Amino acid sequence: MARQGSIATQQPPKLRWGELDEDDGEDLDFLLPPRQVIGPDENGIKKVIEYKFNDDGNKVKITTTTRTRKLANARLSKRAIERRSWPKFGDAVHEDVGARLTMVSTEEILLERPRAPGSKAEEPKAGGDPLAQLGKGGAVLMVCRTCGKKGDHWTSRCPYKDLAAPPEGFIDKPASSEAATTATGASKGTYVPPGLRAGAGAERTGSDMRRRNDENSVRVTNLSEDTREPDLLELFRPFGAVSRVYVAVDQKTGMSRGFGFVNFVNREDAQRAINKLNGYGYDNLILRVEWATPRTN
Amino acid sequence: MRPILMKGHERPLTFLKYNRDGDLLFSCAKDHNPTVWFADNGERLGTYRGHNGAVWCCDVSRDSTMLITGSADQTAKIWNVQTGEQLFSFNFGSPARAVDLSVGDKLAVITTDPFMDLPSAIHVKSIAADPEDQTGDSVLVLKGPQGRINRAVWGPLNKTIISAGEDAVVRIWDSETGKMLKESEKETGHKKTITSLSKSADGSHFLTGSLDKSAKLWDIRTLTLIKTYVTERPVNAVTMSPLLDHVVLGGGQDASAVTTTDHRAGKFEAKFYDKILQEEIGGVKGHFGPINALAFNPDGKSFSSGGEDGYVRLHHFDPDYFNIKI
Repeated sequence: MARQGSIATQQPPKLRWGELDEDDGEDLDFLLPPRQVIGPDENGIKKVIEYKFNDDGNKVKITTTTRTRKLANARLSKRAIERRSWPKFGDAVHEDVGARLTMVSTEEILLERPRAPGSKAEEPKAGGDPLAQLGKGGAVLMVCRTCGKKGDHWTSRCPYKDLAAPPEGFIDKPASSEAATTATGASKGTYVPPGLRAGAGAERTGSDMRRRNDENSVRVTNLSEDTREPDLLELFRPFGAVSRVYVAVDQKTGMSRGFGFVNFVNREDAQRAINKLNGYGYDNLILRVEWATPRTN
Repeated sequence: MRPILMKGHERPLTFLKYNRDGDLLFSCAKDHNPTVWFADNGERLGTYRGHNGAVWCCDVSRDSTMLITGSADQTAKIWNVQTGEQLFSFNFGSPARAVDLSVGDKLAVITTDPFMDLPSAIHVKSIAADPEDQTGDSVLVLKGPQGRINRAVWGPLNKTIISAGEDAVVRIWDSETGKMLKESEKETGHKKTITSLSKSADGSHFLTGSLDKSAKLWDIRTLTLIKTYVTERPVNAVTMSPLLDHVVLGGGQDASAVTTTDHRAGKFEAKFYDKILQEEIGGVKGHFGPINALAFNPDGKSFSSGGEDGYVRLHHFDPDYFNIKI
């Protein structure tokens, strides 16, 4: 490798007109001719011509000449290289050039992973809360609303649940126990779903946990087809802890159907997200963000 | 990755084998011509003409000069790899199913199918250094297993022969005396026909694939079951990466059921599993029929699959394959 002068390590930053005024005026790189690259030619010789101001403020031309040499494939054994030049035999002798026996696939084939890299297989663990498992990923901030403990358990699993009085003005009220008891008490004779009947709420498990959280569910419509769940998570995460992101995907085509749901742990976060993102321009479309279920009160 | 498609066979593929240097790929199919390809670009080097029936299996000597093939025309033939010339033909009374050369290439094990009133058998033949001196005499003939013996391979130091087949039992035989040493147990073993068997690169363990929709990893000396890989379709072909702890299973539905379903439902993918965690890593799609043959390049950087559709697909892995994390 031959080399004259010194190589400029950093390139002049790309000029943006908006930044011109803020510059302190010393950086005049934009006055220099642009960087020139000649080659590489058949011998692998490449010339790079750059211009730069030196410390005295003079313009300097730097020419860097490099030669790239391809190394022979060292992995092949001598025998294998010999075999490369073996004459064809059998049916291959009569092979005409246009036979197209060997073709490179026009289709890009990927090693399709059964689930997203880094995620664990869903194991039906006894008593395992799916949200709690999500929490381990760091996406959800687990805060018990009964005892205020962080990252240890969910409100429904709070060991101090019975000790603490139900807080007043509980916004995210679960459709369970107390509410249901009063409901059944008030209107005898009307049908009450088994899940809402008195006593049914005591041993609620993970799936109900999820349902209750549906109340903090936000529907996002008018999504572009390219939007995937991680994109949505990225978009909504700044507003607060997100417990679930779902983008509806067409089973047949695998394309997004243009809408999705985001569940927040806290209702206030969800409200803020709605206020902020409804009408937000995302991927050249204007998002519509609203509560997934009409508010019931 | 963009696989290389090789359409040299008119009929379904049956077996694939790389030579030790990994520059040649041998393919066997139900058409009568085993074929050799350059394993890097998929160019056809030649075909071995002379068989008169489906070719079920092949093996190549360590120095890549001699090829042995077993065929349904009731012969096993020895070929000159370079010229495609037939050097010798072992004649049997029934179709030859599996062939495997021993360490040192002095012996070959050949299995034959049950045919007419002949039972299936495992033959051990000695291979002469000079093809002129080659004889067709068997050193040893093992009989006993019922049904076809789909695979027979040599154990460590050529002291044992491992066989597996239609009776779903893996057996280890003494290659000197012909006595059966070990046999897989009913509880841990396969439930249906074992279709394929593949040794690890170091020969310490081997993998069997079966129509019972599972593949099992065994210790080659003690025949203890190490791992089981469960899948949702019959397994026709298995192979192990010599580089990473990956096993690859290929399969699909029976060929007779293929036309009745959509190809997406056929599950004609090569499925990658983590050898230790037994967890699925991913699948490589592409074939239009069940995968009948799989082989890993000895360098672990590419693998090929052969399908019922008559195609060999040669896959060179993308760099990110080597950093897959579970």
